[in-house]
Amino acid sequence: MKITKKVLSVVWLVLILAFIYIPILLLAVYSFTDATVVGGSIDGFSFQNYITLFENEEMRSMIGGTILLALGSALIAAVLGTLGAIGTFYSKRTVKNLINYANQIPVVNADVVTGFSICVLLIVLLGISKDTFVPLVAGHVVLCAPFVYLSVIPRLKQMDNNLYEAALDLGATPAQALFKVVLPQLLPGILSGFMLAVTLSLDDYFITTYTKPSTFDTISTYVVNATKGGQTEIKTALWALSTIIFLIVVVAVVLMNVLSGKKKAAEERV
Amino acid sequence: MTKAIKLRFNRKQLCIPYAAFLVLFVICPLLVIIYYAFTDGTGQITFENFINFFSNTNTLGTLLNSIAISAVTTLVCLVIAYPVAYILARSKFKKKYVLLMLFVLPMWINFTLRITALKEILTAIETNIAMYPFLNTVIGMSYDFLPFMILPLYTSLSKLDKSLTEAAEDLGAGGFTVFMRVILPLSVPGIISGVTMVLLPSMTNYVVLDMLYNSTYIMGSLIGSYFAAYDWNNGSMISLVLLVIIFVITLVTNRFSDSGETGGRTNIL
Repeated sequence: MKITKKVLSVVWLVLILAFIYIPILLLAVYSFTDATVVGGSIDGFSFQNYITLFENEEMRSMIGGTILLALGSALIAAVLGTLGAIGTFYSKRTVKNLINYANQIPVVNADVVTGFSICVLLIVLLGISKDTFVPLVAGHVVLCAPFVYLSVIPRLKQMDNNLYEAALDLGATPAQALFKVVLPQLLPGILSGFMLAVTLSLDDYFITTYTKPSTFDTISTYVVNATKGGQTEIKTALWALSTIIFLIVVVAVVLMNVLSGKKKAAEERV
Repeated sequence: MTKAIKLRFNRKQLCIPYAAFLVLFVICPLLVIIYYAFTDGTGQITFENFINFFSNTNTLGTLLNSIAISAVTTLVCLVIAYPVAYILARSKFKKKYVLLMLFVLPMWINFTLRITALKEILTAIETNIAMYPFLNTVIGMSYDFLPFMILPLYTSLSKLDKSLTEAAEDLGAGGFTVFMRVILPLSVPGIISGVTMVLLPSMTNYVVLDMLYNSTYIMGSLIGSYFAAYDWNNGSMISLVLLVIIFVITLVTNRFSDSGETGGRTNIL
């Protein structure tokens, strides 16, 4: 009985892992061939897809644009969300509740609705041109900032309240107390909020598609357009992109695990 | 630094920029949506969009289709994810954190690229993927959202106090009874938060359908097509309907989960 249970458990885990990874890994294998469909005949191995990916001007600029947009909007979101969290934390109950509720709206709302509503307000009603990138960045900050806010609030709850008061008593200005005492304490929360903001922005399709300038593409919008178009060369180059991103994610996760493991080991030694 | 230019502020005032931002880019857009939903192209107040939505068999069919797709997707994700989370949470394997990472790692890969990979496989298996729209949509959505179901379930199951199940066993409960009467009820917050994270996106993420050459529609696709046709009024109506659905789901789930402030994608933290 116990052994069958164990075997069944392992079988289930393996099955689900296969479901998750077979598409990604098969795509990775085929990205190194000259085949044009997965499952099609392979005449030989080649790096052509990777060469296309780096030589194609359009693809290079859309990858760069995606990263720049993600970092930029995550940075704005980090500043706004952190300041918002600090201010709200020390505000009166009514203000606190109002901001908490408003902050929750983009979190639970569907991205389609968020994107569409920002498009209607900024582009249709106020007539701001999409080419200014204002609607696009505003949309991405709306998507990200609430998560920064939510990851900073718990750090504020943990923080010793007297630290700020002590700094003021010792002659620091509020600004000094904020930058030298409060912010360092919140840093882990701000960082994890920032990372989450980056990943959310990188993954976004809907807000981007409703607010972006017509000449600008992120990975998401580019891939969706490419699947509608018939260019085989671009389609297979995207397999290469998928493989590279997969490898980056794997390396990042492994690094994070090793680092946190080391930190834990160091703490145990002390 | 002279006293005149010294930065003087109260800590509370730090929330002003963020509050202004929320009002401008979160509250205002929603108000504008409500305004557009009940006006026509010239700004006249009208219920036409409302009647349009509820009298049109196409849009109502789409609503029903989205509900069916999201319900089935959520159920499939739950059935797949619960055993995974349960096995991982209870395993004595030392590096089970690594295993958990393996299950949730794909969520950091751009979802359009993941769906591309899935599409290639489905094409290889089914030859013509347009033949099975419902099946493929459910597969695609489950593939996309599975990590978001596993993570909250794992969190709630791994927090479960082992002495409770041991006590139940000592008192004579069989394995099945322990699961049904102790483990399952205690994991309800995890189930609820996993369900909300899958239910909503699978009602609106029409890109998954589009990429799988699907001709059927869900609620999100309606917004997409009204957007493409510059029909802001009808698009706003659909958004409003979705907002109401989201509001109801949030109200219901807040009742069940113990902490009201978490929910949605917060679990990724």
